Formats: sequence, structure tokens, C-alpha cells
Amino acid sequence: MEWIQQLVNGISLGSIYALIALGYTMVYGIIKLINFAHGDVFMLGAFIGFFAIARWDMHFIPALLMAMILCAVIGVIIERVAYKRLRNATRIAALITAIGVSLLIEYTVIFFRGAAPEAYPTIFENPSFNVFGVQIDTRSIFILTVSIVLMMLLQFIVHRTKIGKAMRAVSHDADAARLMGINVDNTISATFAIGSALAGAAGVIFGIYYTRIDPLMGVLPGLKAFVAAVLGGIGIIPGAMAGGLVLGVVETVVSALGFSLWRDAAAFVILILILILRPAGIFGKNAREKV
Amino acid sequence: MKKSKVFWGYAIIALVLYAVVQTLISFGMVNTHYQNMLITMCINVMLAVSLHLVIGVTGQFSIGHAGFLAVGAYISAICTMKLGMPFSMAILAGAVVAMLAGLLVGIPSLRLRGDYLAIATLGFAEIIRIVFLNIDYVGGAAGMQVTHQSTWTYAFVGTAITILIISNFTNSRHGRACIAIREDEIAADAMGINTTYYKVAAFAVGSFFAGVAGAIYAHNFYIIQPTAFGFLKSFDILILVVLGGLGSLSGAVLAAIFLTFVSTYLQAFPETRMIIYSLVLILVMLYRPTGLLGTKEITDLFKFRKKGGTKV
Repeated sequence: MEWIQQLVNGISLGSIYALIALGYTMVYGIIKLINFAHGDVFMLGAFIGFFAIARWDMHFIPALLMAMILCAVIGVIIERVAYKRLRNATRIAALITAIGVSLLIEYTVIFFRGAAPEAYPTIFENPSFNVFGVQIDTRSIFILTVSIVLMMLLQFIVHRTKIGKAMRAVSHDADAARLMGINVDNTISATFAIGSALAGAAGVIFGIYYTRIDPLMGVLPGLKAFVAAVLGGIGIIPGAMAGGLVLGVVETVVSALGFSLWRDAAAFVILILILILRPAGIFGKNAREKV
Repeated sequence: MKKSKVFWGYAIIALVLYAVVQTLISFGMVNTHYQNMLITMCINVMLAVSLHLVIGVTGQFSIGHAGFLAVGAYISAICTMKLGMPFSMAILAGAVVAMLAGLLVGIPSLRLRGDYLAIATLGFAEIIRIVFLNIDYVGGAAGMQVTHQSTWTYAFVGTAITILIISNFTNSRHGRACIAIREDEIAADAMGINTTYYKVAAFAVGSFFAGVAGAIYAHNFYIIQPTAFGFLKSFDILILVVLGGLGSLSGAVLAAIFLTFVSTYLQAFPETRMIIYSLVLILVMLYRPTGLLGTKEITDLFKFRKKGGTKV
């Protein structure tokens, strides 16, 4: 019965990765940039949620919404200030800028509040409950619920709203979209806003699940979420969800088998295998690069 | 004829520089703090120049250079501390193993391009770090004690050889092939250049010298720990190359020297240092994406003046 428990843990960890990976994959799909600062938006979301719950005594749902809204604003600011003027620059220049923004956010936070970790308040009375003899963590179920709701919301936005249509059009062909009267700049900003809001939500539920947050917490989950995005096929939204879940389950299995120190290596081994064997990802189609 | 003159000119400058500093050190006019800074400077120059070969010359965006630094550091430390080998042999062993690691990483990942390559190298560097973290023979997370054996002589000779070989490589037939790959990989391929071979070669040579730097780093620091070789270290090396100019050897050297000064003086304020670093990274990319010197060398500035006069 223990493996069901591990599976549930893996899926809830995976859904956190999936939420972050969605932001990566959407941004990459639309401007072909690995937004390294995405993991740090996730960190900021965790801190905003922490302050909202622990210091200002907010309830959980308003805290989550506040973290999402503020992260969306931060995401748009990052895009407007740093990435906008690099649209036509080389990929390396954009990537280096993204790394710079990431370091800037991390160390600005450390500068103002120190590197000490913070303990998240507990919001659930019962830590776990019993289903047919299996101990299930309440927080796992809760994380799963929040992520499923958010992913359904995202699917709705992308497939049923006007801005979603615009986002799909721009990621398909930005120039053609512009000719069709789509405001490309606003669409890109909207993509950043949605992706960052999801990362902010992931930050809050990460804090609730792991109860420990610190200014450099975004680095590893950020990289792993990118691995998840590549695994599912970068630029493909269902791929990011699937990739996140697979990665979460694999990591949990590796830990459960007693190799917990190798857990972080597992993600990168998966990354390298997928890049070598099937660079387009699980859901991607192989496209030849045109000259 | 003229080329060899230039070579001997640089050799004499290097010798004079070495002799002056060594005299100052042996007369006790440079205290340990500044000696340490000089050795760190040499290490940074080696790292910057070796990464310059990969990013600047060949155009392959690797952000996992700290992995090869770690390999060089650990292998050389094992050689001196566990096997009792002399330091110079340990440097060579560290460098050779780092080069093998470079080959191992390079052959599969250099088939990838751009962003994917960057992430793959980052992933490999993390795997290397986690491997060292899990081997108890080298101390695991607690790290490994290493005696202090790095001197100004070792550091300087290592740096001089690094610069000499990499600048010769760049100006050779192989270097021109690498530059062609940087400019346009498909065109280079069409011109009959074996792109995979040259990319892997440049990567291996870069890893070799990162290994040399790692060996000197390990024996300068008394202790090596896996945490010192995380991706923050890779970014530290990256900023040297980016600031100096993507494709400029002298730019990389100057940036390494300059940033060593800056980080030594900001040692007490690590957060401020990182904020300044990241701001510099962003501003350079926004306003001068080719880096401060671009692909020019500092020596080009002097040649420019001569152009107006009679031809030499």
C-alpha cells in the first residue's frame, strides 16, 4: 500500500512542476526564450503567499489570488523592461539576459531580507486521512485540486477566449498575426502574465507542501520544471502538464528506492536522454530546421 | 617572420611580468591576501579563456563550465592527497580527466543547438556535481581537505600556456573552422567542415584548461566542496566571457582581471556583488550585446593607428 502513497506524493510534486513548466512552455512557444527568471517568480509567489498568510492573517484562497496577481504584474514588468527590446537580438543575448534577471531577483531578495529560510504556517488541521488503509496526505489532495482547477482554467483561456486565440496565433507565426491585426506586444505580455500567475500559485502551494521557503528555492524547481517542459515537448501545453507529472513521479520513485541524494540528478539524466533520443519531446513532432 | 617576432614580444612581456611579481613575492612585498588574489586572477583568466574558446570562438553556448572545473579540482586533489603524486603531475592528470569528461559530455550534447545545448551542459554540470556529492571517497558533502600547493609560478605558467595554446588554436586552420561554425553552422557544413568534430574538439580543449584551472583552484583553497561548483560558479565564468566580448580573447582576459579585483573588494558584501554582476550582465546585453570588445582584440586598437602611416 505504501507505493500508492508514494504515487500520490509524486503526483502532487509533479503538479507543482507542471504549473511552473506551463509558464516556461508558453513563453518559449511564443518568443523562443528560456525564461530563467521564471523560477524566481515562483520564489516571489511563495514569499508573497507567506506574508499574506502569516503576517496579514489572510485566508488561504485570497492569499493564493494575491500571489497570482502580484506575480502576473512582476512577470509583465520583467518582460517589458528586460526582454522586450531583445526580441530581435540573438538567442544567446536573450538567454544571458534571462540569467541576469534571475540572479538580480534572487540577490535583491537576499539583500533586503537575508538568505534565512522561512517556515510556512500550517493551514490544515488533519495532516492526513485514511482511504482503504492508505494514508493520504491532505495537502497532496489539496495541491492536486488547486493545480487541476488552474490547468482547466488555462485550457479554457487558451482555447475559448480571444486572448487565447491571439496567443496561439502569435506562437504560430508572429508576423502573420501582426498582419491580421493582433497586438503582438500585448499578447506576449498576457502570456507572461498568465505564466507568472501560475508560477506564483505553484510557489504558494509549494510552501504549504514543503513548509520551508528561502530566496534561492526557485533555482532547482525552475530548472526541473524546464526539464518537464522539454520532456513534454516545449511549446506544447498538455506536454508540460504530462512532463511535470512524469518528472514528479520519477523523482519520488528514485527517493523511495533509497537514492534520495541522487534525486536531483534523475531530472537531469532524463533531460539529457530526452534531448538525445527525442529532442522534440513526448508530444512534439519532429520538425527539420529550415535553412 | 613577423609572427614569430610578435610571439617573442609577448613571451618577453610575460617573462618580465612573471619575474617582477615573483621578485616582489620573494622579497615579501606582497602579502598573502594579494598573493591569493593574484592566483585567483590567474584561475579566472584560465577559466575565461577556456570558456571563450567554446562560446566566443566556436559559438556553442555552454553554461556548465564549472563541471569541468570540478573534475579538474577533484581528480588533482585525489592525485596529490590520496595517491601522493607530485603537484605538476596532478595538474596534468586533472586536466586530462577533465578533457575526457568534456569529450563524454560534448559528443552527445553538441548535436544540440542554442538553448538546448545550454540546458544540456547545465544538466551535465549538475550531474557531475551530484556524483562528487555522493562519493564518500572524496568526502561527500563535507568536502575534501587539500594541502596548499598552488604558487604564483604554477598559476602563471598555467595561464601563459592556456593563453598561448588557445590563441594559436584560434589562429590555426582548426580555429578558422570553429569561427566558421560560429558564424553559420549550416554554411560551414556545406563548405566541407566536419562541424561535429570541431565542436567537440573545441569543447575538449576548453575542458582541458578548465581542468588545469580546477587543479590550481583546489590546491589554493585548503578544501574543496561540491557546493563550490554549482551553476552559480558557471555563471561567474560566463559573465567573464560575456563582459569581455563574445569572441575576444584579450577581452576575456581583461574582464577576468577586472572582475577579480571587483569581487575581491566586494568579498564582504556577496549580495551586493551578485546584484552588481547581474545588473552588468543585463545592461551589457541590452546595450552592447557583443560584449565590451566584441570580436576585436585589444591589439587591434594599436594596429588601427598604424594603418594611416607607411605599411610595415
